[in-house]
Amino acid sequence: MYNGIKIIIGLLIFAALVTFPFYSKMGKATAKPDPKVDTPEIQKLAEKKCVEPKEFMKTEHMKMLNDWRDTVVREGNLIYVSSDGKKYTISLQNTCMNCHSNKKKFCDECHNYSAVIPYCWDCHIEPKENKT
Amino acid sequence: MGLLLSFFVVIVLVLLAFGGVEAANLQYLFGIIIPYAAFVTFIVGIFYRVVKWGRSPVPFRIPTTAGQEKSLPWIKQNKIDNPSSALGVIVRMAFEVLLFRSLFRNTKTELREGPSLAYGSAKWLWLAGLAFHWTFFIIVLRHLRLFTEPILFFVPLIESLDAFFQMGVPLLYITDVVFLMAVTYLFFRRVLIPQVRYISLAADYFPLFLILGIGVSGVLMRYFFKVDVVGAKELTMGLVTFNPVVPEGIGVIFYIHLFLVSTLLIYFPFSKLMHMAGVFLSPTRNLANNNRERMHINPWNYPVKVHTYEEYEEEFRHFMKDAGIPVEKEE
Repeated sequence: MYNGIKIIIGLLIFAALVTFPFYSKMGKATAKPDPKVDTPEIQKLAEKKCVEPKEFMKTEHMKMLNDWRDTVVREGNLIYVSSDGKKYTISLQNTCMNCHSNKKKFCDECHNYSAVIPYCWDCHIEPKENKT
Repeated sequence: MGLLLSFFVVIVLVLLAFGGVEAANLQYLFGIIIPYAAFVTFIVGIFYRVVKWGRSPVPFRIPTTAGQEKSLPWIKQNKIDNPSSALGVIVRMAFEVLLFRSLFRNTKTELREGPSLAYGSAKWLWLAGLAFHWTFFIIVLRHLRLFTEPILFFVPLIESLDAFFQMGVPLLYITDVVFLMAVTYLFFRRVLIPQVRYISLAADYFPLFLILGIGVSGVLMRYFFKVDVVGAKELTMGLVTFNPVVPEGIGVIFYIHLFLVSTLLIYFPFSKLMHMAGVFLSPTRNLANNNRERMHINPWNYPVKVHTYEEYEEEFRHFMKDAGIPVEKEE
């Protein structure tokens, strides 16, 4: 090879960069997030259901919260009618966080795992949790 | 021809992934086996091509420059455009690789009334190319959030800058918008400029459509047909930790996106996309212009059979003397 050293070094740097995720873990499996839904408020519920089905909430909760914010702030509408016809008060702190009072074990669990930094808490007050 | 063919190939790829996952439940094939095969092809292919390039001899330095070469002491040298040192070459290469300096010098030619030939600056290709490559790079870096745990420190930083305008939820990434706009421009440029269209082949259209397909499927996945991100990350982390898992119910759009990316990785070493590595081996950019300072020996020189005058005289002395031609040695 001509200028072989330089070319090989370049290739090795490239390989080191693109395979970083592989050797940084050295084949160790990572723990997947496990959001907890066992708060006292949820235990008290007769029917353990969120405002919408779990599968919907999993992928659409962020959009729903955004829509909630807009309907409350811009239209003054404080009532959400869910897909099964139940009415809920639109409030992050008083409705969502009433049941899901365990932000660290619920919200943050997945958000940290997938590097999502929601800006809810720029305005809302984070729930005070008992440090256990 | 090349255009339609490339378009339909990408459509078929999308349908393959859709059908494979929705109808045939081949999540393991599309989520694990193909991505692994694609990644191996990508790395091995790039190594193979670059080593093959490295084995061909480096030509005599070609000083295609846009600046004054190193000369007499009172003549000012352009140390970046016409470098004579390794440092100058590194700076020139950095400008080339990071800012596409050669493309910045792109010109357009027009035949005007007269007739006269007019040359002008043409920066749109450079601008769109730069926007496309940089946003693509940032998007790839952003994807590290799915491939590292704990997540590398700079990834959330890039994300928060990228989502600076905080539009919608999930937050709109500026790079997503710029990326799609730039690819679309590069496509329309090929189709609408007759000269460029004339020289465009399937090998030009296919990567464009493929990359557009990757961008569109990614945007659809993030903003419209949402997928289970935690499930997606479980799959990607399974890949990089060699504990492959296929979580239930990620959403078919994820597999389409992944399949198109795998196709890109497989296609990469066989295609013009190898300019990613090739740019570093551009002889007119990475060789210092020190032709007159240093002795450069032609690498493919072989011993040439010569016949010196002494040997000549030795061979023909007898005839030369007979013909009265003066000789250097008498016997």
